[in-house]
Amino acid sequence: MSLSSRHLLQLEGTPKKDLDLILDTAESFREILDRPIKKVPPLRGKTVVNIFYEPSTRTKLSFELAEKRLSADTMTFTTAMSSVRKGESLKDTVRNIEAMKIDMVVVRHSSAGVPYYLTQCLEANIINAGDGTHEHPTQGLLDIFTIRQKYGKIKGLRVLLVGDLKHSRVARSNIWGLKTLGASVAICGPSTLLPYEAEKFGIDVYTDIDEAMEGVDVVNILRIQLERQKAGLFPSQREYTNLFGITTERLKRLNKNYTIMHPGPMNRGVEISNDVADSPASVILSQVTNGQAVRMAVLYLLSGAEEQGNKV
Amino acid sequence: MQFDLLIINGTLMDPGFGFTKKADLGIKDGKIAKVFDEGKLTRKVIDKFPAESIVDAEGAIVTPGLVDIHVHFREPGREDKETIQSGSRAAAAGGFTTVACMPNTQPAIDNQETVKFVTSLAEKGDCRVYCVGAITKNRDGEELSEIGDLVKAGVVAISDDGDYLQNPEMMRRALEYARMFDIPVISHAEDEFLAGGGIVNESFESSRLGMQGRPAVAEEIAILRDIKLAGLTGGRLHIAHVSTAGGVEAIRRGKAEGVKVTAEVAPHHFTLTDDLIGEKFDTNLRVNPPIRSEADRQAMIKGLIDGTIDCIATDHAPHTEEEKDVEFDQASPGMIGLETSLGLAITELSDRGYLAIPDLLRKMSSNPAKIIGLEPNSLNEGEVADITIFDPEARWVVKKEKFLSKSKNSPFVGRKLKGKIKATVMGGRITYRAK
Repeated sequence: MSLSSRHLLQLEGTPKKDLDLILDTAESFREILDRPIKKVPPLRGKTVVNIFYEPSTRTKLSFELAEKRLSADTMTFTTAMSSVRKGESLKDTVRNIEAMKIDMVVVRHSSAGVPYYLTQCLEANIINAGDGTHEHPTQGLLDIFTIRQKYGKIKGLRVLLVGDLKHSRVARSNIWGLKTLGASVAICGPSTLLPYEAEKFGIDVYTDIDEAMEGVDVVNILRIQLERQKAGLFPSQREYTNLFGITTERLKRLNKNYTIMHPGPMNRGVEISNDVADSPASVILSQVTNGQAVRMAVLYLLSGAEEQGNKV
Repeated sequence: MQFDLLIINGTLMDPGFGFTKKADLGIKDGKIAKVFDEGKLTRKVIDKFPAESIVDAEGAIVTPGLVDIHVHFREPGREDKETIQSGSRAAAAGGFTTVACMPNTQPAIDNQETVKFVTSLAEKGDCRVYCVGAITKNRDGEELSEIGDLVKAGVVAISDDGDYLQNPEMMRRALEYARMFDIPVISHAEDEFLAGGGIVNESFESSRLGMQGRPAVAEEIAILRDIKLAGLTGGRLHIAHVSTAGGVEAIRRGKAEGVKVTAEVAPHHFTLTDDLIGEKFDTNLRVNPPIRSEADRQAMIKGLIDGTIDCIATDHAPHTEEEKDVEFDQASPGMIGLETSLGLAITELSDRGYLAIPDLLRKMSSNPAKIIGLEPNSLNEGEVADITIFDPEARWVVKKEKFLSKSKNSPFVGRKLKGKIKATVMGGRITYRAK
């Protein structure tokens, strides 16, 4: 079994069998993370470069660790230390890096479409680690993996995404992946932070959080960025919290055995209350652990290591 | 009678004067000296004529030279993108004998000297180049340019193209003041408060791609405002590159109310839709106003058919490879258009039965000429020999390396088009001849 693409650019249009393969493969890597020695050899001899044109803590660390645990040689560069500031174009920068004989590129960039653009400039496998407000496929996959881990399935579940949907690449990847796997998806946020014609994603769109929570299995709470308030998209943090903040009180309408998720970093007391974040239903830290397994699976499957017989 | 140039075996089509016939043309001293009815020009005369001075228009249509009232030739200031010379060569290759250049050069065309500079360079070029002057000094929307001076120097319209005049009071004054000279004020109608920061049309596509949208209402509101001001002042308003269904409807109503408003559409707005962007993130698809939805595209065609949209203009906007081979949102907006305009119009409009070729030619020659106050080109004896010869049936593929424009930023590369320029004649001189 192998993926139908050499790259992971987006979950939109990624076929169900690819999603299943990544999730199934991630299961076996997830076990490795519980072993005393968390390192396996399949990417030995492969070189992976993490190119981060935007600040990132957890995604960057998560990819680096995933690569190391697969025994790849890795390096990471961020704009702060790159020649980007000297005015070099993105194309020149990445081609120079590729000239150092690398096999895979993990890229984060503020412009939508950059991962696709890199597939046109480079021979390497490209993994999108977040492009603008377009997609963040490995985050989508790890969220889906975490849900599947708990319920044993995705099909038939009701998942609600809450917050700034307009500017969320995490939301887009979640929506496409969940829908492909048969979940019912809803979003809720201030009307100024909903994507234009959002219902065309094939989802239910709410602006009343209590209504939106009805009959939901999984609530995925997105980080609210304070600069959106400055841009006039909502009046104040206080009002946001009053209208959309997820508190214990608001959880009552959820289905039994509900799950609370957050891709991080959290603004406690803003989009999520402390007690909700730390409640037994919260899988926020599992998401982080699972992110490792999912990224290992993606790297492994795209590297072609499997075809070369480098079994785990 | 001695001629400098013969155009033989073609079908003359002069939509302005309403005739189509097989005939040969004898050109002398830059003018159409003689129209020979079919068979009147003898083989003997033709055989004696030097081959390089004969255009054999067999199977082709011979029509008054095409006019494009919206191009950017970038000189002075950005000669790396285009020069008057390279731009005029591209124009000739596209069948154009006359163009009007927008004033967003560096420095802006807001004074007589810059107009003279552009016009003097154009004298050596391959098409007639008119200037659109800036409405405001340095195009910064603050103070009116010396419009009277500009008109004296030859500008045919005024515009702060690329920027909408955000201050309605300033637009009112511009329309009032320009009325004295009977020149149109050309509006790049997009409210920057609404459109600002957007890089594609606001639609489900922008939502899907996570790209900031430029909403249709940014154009609609801008057009509505300017039509109201044109109505108030009696000034002549021309809407550049209309792109939204609501914008076309606003113009339709304005015309019905008797406001002096005209409009143009760019070939990309009646050809392309925004769902193409996500396919390859082709930065050549980034343009302002953005390519819109299929419903908008249909509205452009309807507007052309019912006369709401008077003419086709390319908004030929050259950018270097370096400015386009970048992240989508970093790419300079705009695309070249001169060399694909007629082919796109024939392929998308005539071939699909929306506009007959004579109607199309009116929208690419006599109508735009009238908007900028020029006498329409014609094929009558005694007229200036500005002539376009094209084969309406010839099929060709747009190739990047064939563009004569200095820049190659076209999203149409690789596209199959019908309708090909065979030759262009300006002032009796062959400015382009297909190989």
